[in-house]
Amino acid sequence: MDFRGTDLISIADLSKEAIYEVLDVAREMTPIARGEMMDERLKGKVLATLFFEPSTRTRLSFESATQRLGGRVLSFGMPEATSITKGETLADTVRMVEAYSDILVLRHPQEGAARLAAEFSEKPVINAGDGAGQHPTQTLLDLFTIWDEKEVIEGIRVVLLGDLKYGRTVHSLAYALALLGAELTLVAPPTLQMPREIVDLVRELGREPKQVEDPREAIKDADVLYVTRIQKERFPDPQEYLKVAGSYRIDLPLLRDGRKDLIIMHPLPRVKEIAPEVDRTPHALYFRQAFNGVPVRMALLSLILGA
Amino acid sequence: MKELKVTPIKNGTVIDHITTGMALKVLKILGIGENIASTVSVVIHVPSAKKSWKDILKVEDRELSPREVDKIALIAPDATINIIRNYSVAEKYRVQVPDVARAILQCANPSCITNSDEPLETEFLVKSKDPLRVRCKYCERELEDIASNLL
Repeated sequence: MDFRGTDLISIADLSKEAIYEVLDVAREMTPIARGEMMDERLKGKVLATLFFEPSTRTRLSFESATQRLGGRVLSFGMPEATSITKGETLADTVRMVEAYSDILVLRHPQEGAARLAAEFSEKPVINAGDGAGQHPTQTLLDLFTIWDEKEVIEGIRVVLLGDLKYGRTVHSLAYALALLGAELTLVAPPTLQMPREIVDLVRELGREPKQVEDPREAIKDADVLYVTRIQKERFPDPQEYLKVAGSYRIDLPLLRDGRKDLIIMHPLPRVKEIAPEVDRTPHALYFRQAFNGVPVRMALLSLILGA
Repeated sequence: MKELKVTPIKNGTVIDHITTGMALKVLKILGIGENIASTVSVVIHVPSAKKSWKDILKVEDRELSPREVDKIALIAPDATINIIRNYSVAEKYRVQVPDVARAILQCANPSCITNSDEPLETEFLVKSKDPLRVRCKYCERELEDIASNLL
């Protein structure tokens, strides 16, 4: 796929081949992301970040990715300090910022905001999360983490566990994993099950996700365990929350039933879903996953800017 | 006894084969309310040769715009439009569900960007025509209740 000048709004914009192209380039970028090699292919390029919502990992890793490749970053502090508070539309903000930069990265609380930005901007737009909607660069870094560790994605067994209803990362990830031929097992409390729409999408790709209640049962033959945060505010009754959160907690006794090469991922921040003692086991991949945001975003910037 | 107590019209439009129960919504699409100058006949729940039941609308002195026809197609995909001139059918065609519904539907997702004050038109991609399923181009959510979200 020729990425030059294209927008990245939704993971569904990318074919299987295009996804693997990003993963290949991300692997080449890894030593540069670690600072072991120098590269200045984005020299003279300016990336504008428009973050209308707080973010730590996504924003920092986009900035790190740009600077590791010799580019510069332009951003505003808090949205309160801009003309947004004067009632400026997103469309106008985008038209202004594109005049100052070569590529735009947008995070916005409203779904579809990135699609709108792409329509008003001549410069490429990367969606860094729009409300409960899409967050394609997170999906790509999740895929990269699995592929980099397991060498393949087709045929591997992935368990998605936790809040599968509201967690936006798992929706795009479930779609992308199905597209690449992984086998999915879904484990969620009854009130936080994967939406029917997403399960239908997975089925349209020819995959039948397994639904399992018991986490212990689910991880038995899994290659990857992807854990998401169960948010307290989703439960009207705090007792119910404690009960659910307790039964979905990943700890050492639970992992005894798992494979030796099982990898555990989490989009972070985690609260109590994974016990800290798990961090010291070879299963824990979530911090490497967070680092992988940098090479994956370097790959995208390099491909889109044709550098 | 005559089955339909509705007289033929001289000039205007007859919308036939409306999905039964949708006639009042079609009236709304046409903006027919209290202030009307011409005769409008509404026939609800009559036997149909194609499907078991249908609704019919006869609107005198009025021909429909393409936008109105597109909207009707979304709630009554089997409807036929008969344009009557001087008591005879001058034109007859079946409505067609468009591939893309532009500026005729509103997204039901309150946090969709199309529901904020941005300079854009809504756009829904038709995923399936039978049964009709549409998806917002912006927030990518499927619209559950199409009839209630017509603009």
